[in-house]
Amino acid sequence: MSGEIIGTYAVAICLLIGAGFVTVGVIGLLKFNDPMTRLHAPTKVGTIGIGMLLLASMIHSFTFGQTSLHELLIMSFLFVTAPISANFIAKVNIHRRACETPPEPPRDDTWSTLNSPENGRSTSGDDAEKAA
Amino acid sequence: MERAFRWLLPHPFLTILLAIVWTMLQNEVSAGMVVFGIILGIIIPWSTSIWWPDTPQSFHVWRMVRYSLIVLYDIILANIEVAWIVLTVPNAKLKPAWIVVPLELIQPEAITVLAGTITLTPGTVSADLSDEGHSLLVHVLHTDDPDAVRDEIKTRYEARLKEIFA
Repeated sequence: MSGEIIGTYAVAICLLIGAGFVTVGVIGLLKFNDPMTRLHAPTKVGTIGIGMLLLASMIHSFTFGQTSLHELLIMSFLFVTAPISANFIAKVNIHRRACETPPEPPRDDTWSTLNSPENGRSTSGDDAEKAA
Repeated sequence: MERAFRWLLPHPFLTILLAIVWTMLQNEVSAGMVVFGIILGIIIPWSTSIWWPDTPQSFHVWRMVRYSLIVLYDIILANIEVAWIVLTVPNAKLKPAWIVVPLELIQPEAITVLAGTITLTPGTVSADLSDEGHSLLVHVLHTDDPDAVRDEIKTRYEARLKEIFA
């Protein structure tokens, strides 16, 4: 019996923390006014928010009988895919020049996103700015 | 013998990982499902090996486990830090910055892991790779000292990844 009570409290605490972090992520998404800084709030705060919600689900399933490990899989898939979507959004921002132009890389010609055929494989951002 | 092994199992770790994931998806361990998982683990890497020709030469599993724990700890700290910035720092005082991380890693797998780690940890998002893969472009949410962030990425993550894929 007491095990169930402890489990319930643990689930409640995890849900609260998770919901809190997700809320902060949403606030960040609404508050920041530049697409690049906006990207930060959901990618990071979201991972732990959803992680805590899944942990709550796992504790619940262990306390009340039906053990479930699917949550671990969801978490690992999330941690693997979140950086990729963030990377793609960042690439779109750079490509559309919705953000400050990044500094030149020290050893190579340009960033791979800026190195597009319509810029004539330009070696710097100058041509691109003229085109835009 | 070794060539046959290489041909059948181009990515041994991927095979093990796929078998484990399949078994976990079933939510119960039964012999049939483990065998089916192993079959999937052999077929999938074998049929996709054309698109992934170079296997990492070596991979230290225990160092990777230690690295994952460090990253997990950093993710928790990062979340609290970013949540604090979101709630307390007004937009006008926010100091976002681009930083360029020169890479010493060469293997694409190692660079992918590094980029993923950077995106998941303190206020940084990896945005782009230079066209020949020698540097990584990172966006920082709020920093007073971009060079310190770059040095931390290099010592804390890149040095460890170099040992893992060494």
